[in-house]
Amino acid sequence: MKSIFTVFIVLISLHINAQKVKLIKLNDLEKRISNGKDTFYVVNYWATWCAPCIKELPYFDQLQKAHKDKPVKVLLVSLDFPSRYKKKVVPFIEKRKLTSEVFLLDETDQQAYIDRISPQWSGALPATAFINRAKNTTQFFEQEFTYKELLATFNSLQ
Amino acid sequence: MKKVLSLILLAFFTLTIIAQNTAGYAIGDAIQPFSLKNINGKDVALSDYTSAKGFIIVFTCNECPYAKAYQDRILALDKKYAPLGFPVVAVNANDPVAQPADSYEKMQARAKEKGFTFPYLSDPDQVVTKQFGATNTPHTFVVEKNKNNYTLRYAGAIDNDTENSNPQKTRYVIDAVDALLTQKEIPVTKTKAIGCGIKWKKG
Repeated sequence: MKSIFTVFIVLISLHINAQKVKLIKLNDLEKRISNGKDTFYVVNYWATWCAPCIKELPYFDQLQKAHKDKPVKVLLVSLDFPSRYKKKVVPFIEKRKLTSEVFLLDETDQQAYIDRISPQWSGALPATAFINRAKNTTQFFEQEFTYKELLATFNSLQ
Repeated sequence: MKKVLSLILLAFFTLTIIAQNTAGYAIGDAIQPFSLKNINGKDVALSDYTSAKGFIIVFTCNECPYAKAYQDRILALDKKYAPLGFPVVAVNANDPVAQPADSYEKMQARAKEKGFTFPYLSDPDQVVTKQFGATNTPHTFVVEKNKNNYTLRYAGAIDNDTENSNPQKTRYVIDAVDALLTQKEIPVTKTKAIGCGIKWKKG
């Protein structure tokens, strides 16, 4: 009986971990934003191999925590190769206790998806889109942020 | 007065040239044939290749996952196109202080491990990397050679499928070199270079 219970617990925890990072197509990411109930989205593009990205991930999470009762959503979208999903990205996110939603972009044609995300983007990481759905505006930044800069940019776009 | 004016003009032109250099070559520009130190200690110059019709110049590095993902495809490009007159010339674009994994010794080790058939050149002051306007690793430039003239014909990604998972991928570099070899128009002359940002020397 005890062992069945353990198996059950392990299965549940595996399920939770698997849910922690979602593989997502660009179409579905766009839908996640357009059908979401929040009015402001901060979409940060990062990768496990990108040192400046890892440095600023906690700032994005801090921004999410600071606005947890507001219609503000931080989405952390990894551009690691889809084949690294289980080996690299899931363990990386498990180690860091992030509260924001985390995705891995399940697309292979970078030339196409970079232009779709933002025509002004060279593809370099980190990069962040600030989407204000109330005002119907999107600002795209190809740069790193400190928490202070991130908060100032976020506030300036309200 | 005239002298002052010409000095101002000279300063202005110098600045313009510097500004152009940081932006790098545009498609159709003449490029400066360079000479850099290879992993065997000997200098390699583009002008050494007397019978080449052109070059596939790849700015790359040792550790970036994108650069590593393309290693075998770069080897395949050299194997196929060096005999046809378009050899690969690889340049390590990263500053070894900013990225210790890109030291000269580690370049030697990587070339040996992967059996590079092409030169893997060190650009310690990143002069050539800046001249080309390379931004990412890998960043590929197809150059056509006509006697002593070197002309940039393609710049950007090798193909549009870093993970090599889509058999229907668009192979930009292959398409460009094939077009040059058959004297046809290159279908796509510029794409975004996908990969890690180049680690620049500080100060």
